[in-house]
Amino acid sequence: MSVSTAVEQTGKNAPLQILAPDGTLVRPDLMPKLSDDELRELMRRMVFTRVWDQRAISLNRQGRLGFYAPVAGQEASMIGSEAAISKEDFILPSYRDIPQMVWHGYPMYKAFLYSRGHIEGGRIPEDVNVLMPQIIIAAQCTQAAGVAMGFKLRGEKRIAITYFGDGATSQGDFYEGLNFAGVYKLPVIFFSQNNGYAISVPFKKQTAAENIAVKAVAAGIAGERVDGMDVLAVYHVVQKARERALNGEGPTLIEALTYRYGPHTMAGDDPTRYRTSEEQSEWEQNDPLIRFRKFLEGKGLWSEKDEEATIEEAKKAVADAIKQADETPKMKVSELIDAMFETLPPYLEEQKAEYLEKESK
Amino acid sequence: MAQMTMVQAITDALRVEMRRDETVLVFGEDVGKNGGVFRATEGLQAEFGEHRVFDTPLAESGIGGLAVGLSINGFRPVAEIQFFGFVFETFDAIASQAARMRYRSGGRYSSPVTFRSPFGGGVKTPELHADSLEGLMVQTPGVKVVIPSNPYDAKGLLISSIRDNDPVIFLEHMKLYRSFRQEVPEGEYTLPLGKANIVREGTDATIITYGAMVHTSLKAAEEIEKARGAKVEVIDLRTLNPLDIDTIVESVKKTNRAIVVQEAQKTSGVAAEIIAQINERAILHLEAPVLRVTAPDTVYPFALAEDIWLPDVKRVVDGLIQVLDF
Repeated sequence: MSVSTAVEQTGKNAPLQILAPDGTLVRPDLMPKLSDDELRELMRRMVFTRVWDQRAISLNRQGRLGFYAPVAGQEASMIGSEAAISKEDFILPSYRDIPQMVWHGYPMYKAFLYSRGHIEGGRIPEDVNVLMPQIIIAAQCTQAAGVAMGFKLRGEKRIAITYFGDGATSQGDFYEGLNFAGVYKLPVIFFSQNNGYAISVPFKKQTAAENIAVKAVAAGIAGERVDGMDVLAVYHVVQKARERALNGEGPTLIEALTYRYGPHTMAGDDPTRYRTSEEQSEWEQNDPLIRFRKFLEGKGLWSEKDEEATIEEAKKAVADAIKQADETPKMKVSELIDAMFETLPPYLEEQKAEYLEKESK
Repeated sequence: MAQMTMVQAITDALRVEMRRDETVLVFGEDVGKNGGVFRATEGLQAEFGEHRVFDTPLAESGIGGLAVGLSINGFRPVAEIQFFGFVFETFDAIASQAARMRYRSGGRYSSPVTFRSPFGGGVKTPELHADSLEGLMVQTPGVKVVIPSNPYDAKGLLISSIRDNDPVIFLEHMKLYRSFRQEVPEGEYTLPLGKANIVREGTDATIITYGAMVHTSLKAAEEIEKARGAKVEVIDLRTLNPLDIDTIVESVKKTNRAIVVQEAQKTSGVAAEIIAQINERAILHLEAPVLRVTAPDTVYPFALAEDIWLPDVKRVVDGLIQVLDF
């Protein structure tokens, strides 16, 4: 396994691992205190998300979904981190982080509407603590500091967690977000999913830094490196960072080493132009689902039957969500105008009236 | 009532709103102990504490992002951009984030941030302090843009801006900060956003303007009345988005001649937009083309060239003569 690709397991910056790729528990001392049902739920969510991703890719190819960024390979990072926070905690996602949003309570049909480009996709339910996916790389890092400052000012026991990739760590807003959060000791987790590539540009061309976690040093905050293919290790570091945040000890930057099996997005990216099939297969041996399945099977907590049931459940959920998305009324320009301001200024009232007239015909 | 400069009226507005609403926060570079480089936040940290009035690290994009994050989490931030020329660093937070929050979320979230910032020429600053960049903001759907011309307006408009549930860019002309005093009522009062003010009535031509150019335009109106008896109406826009087009059109229908005066460069700016709207709504009332009196289309000038670059009374008078004699 080469250093530049699959997760390096030795050295001073070795990422934390609780389960080895063969499912062996290598750090029993750090094993999260999770019930059997909770462990099974982590597996269910990862399998569900893998199936959902496959279905989404296929729907995209049929022209039934819009913008979509595949997630396969990153399930342990996504699901392990979301599972370790509370429903009251606030997620600021990037465009690939739809699974965390959905497992946090955002309805799947809205995710599909977001993907297609419908305003209803942005209408997060009132009781779901997530923001819409961020398109501008790393802009969510400075906003996460603001959300976290709000929790701190009100004395609430809640944290903000923001997700971004390895490319985002080259942006100014990444540094500014970390730095602000450090200065004000804010309850926020900066969760970087380092999947090795920002579209096509490999990590070694993003930075001369040894890794992402060391960038925490410059901001004077905690930095952690974790095997992003190990759901238990991800759960553990996020839980620890969350406790630190709630204890007033400030923010944490987490680097999760992971890999996206698919293209950057479904809009024409071809990973064979910049990655080798050898590298891809190395990472697939590290697969988060295989690893955790082996661990659970060893404990008698997961079976072929569970797997089959979850696959069927996911397929049905996707079909139902697509149906609900299909049934959502089409947008009208007058409705889009209404979304611009709390009270429409006269020029927009005038333009709305023009469109209402067209729409009534 | 007290006599106040514009910067004192701004501080007063911040104090009034911070006393009234504990979700109002004031932050930016040097705004805490130092009270801001222009002293616009003087005494606020002492009164309201470091948790509500605080210095930020020196990073304008971070200031914008922090404000956006706070605004979606129940706060009403008043973020200071130390000089508006630095706003390019904050542009993403304003145009890509705050301005789109309500739309992107179909109304689930809004971003009630007030971005306060000094701008404006004539005080010999280094580069990128004085530029009139309001045109960029007016082209950004989702933000309101306010530019007061005097202490009384500054206080009433700033209070309205802070209370507005959408993002507002509040631009404070540096030359007006301490150039004169005016009676400013104590306590709270508001001036509506989107309502212009006729600061001089007239029947022969209309000057449409805002900010420091209101004063230049008033002087020009007086000169031309002395010189040739023409009575010129002067409209102080106060708000550039929303634009009070009704007041403009009503005046133009009365005077049949108009010029737009702006400190900003000529092309594709606020003046161009106003003229387009006059054409759409009142072209048959015009006796002359509506002209622009503006700065030329160069980069903002070196400090020693400001006096020959900025529109002045003479150029406004020349513009008036052109439309009066057309």
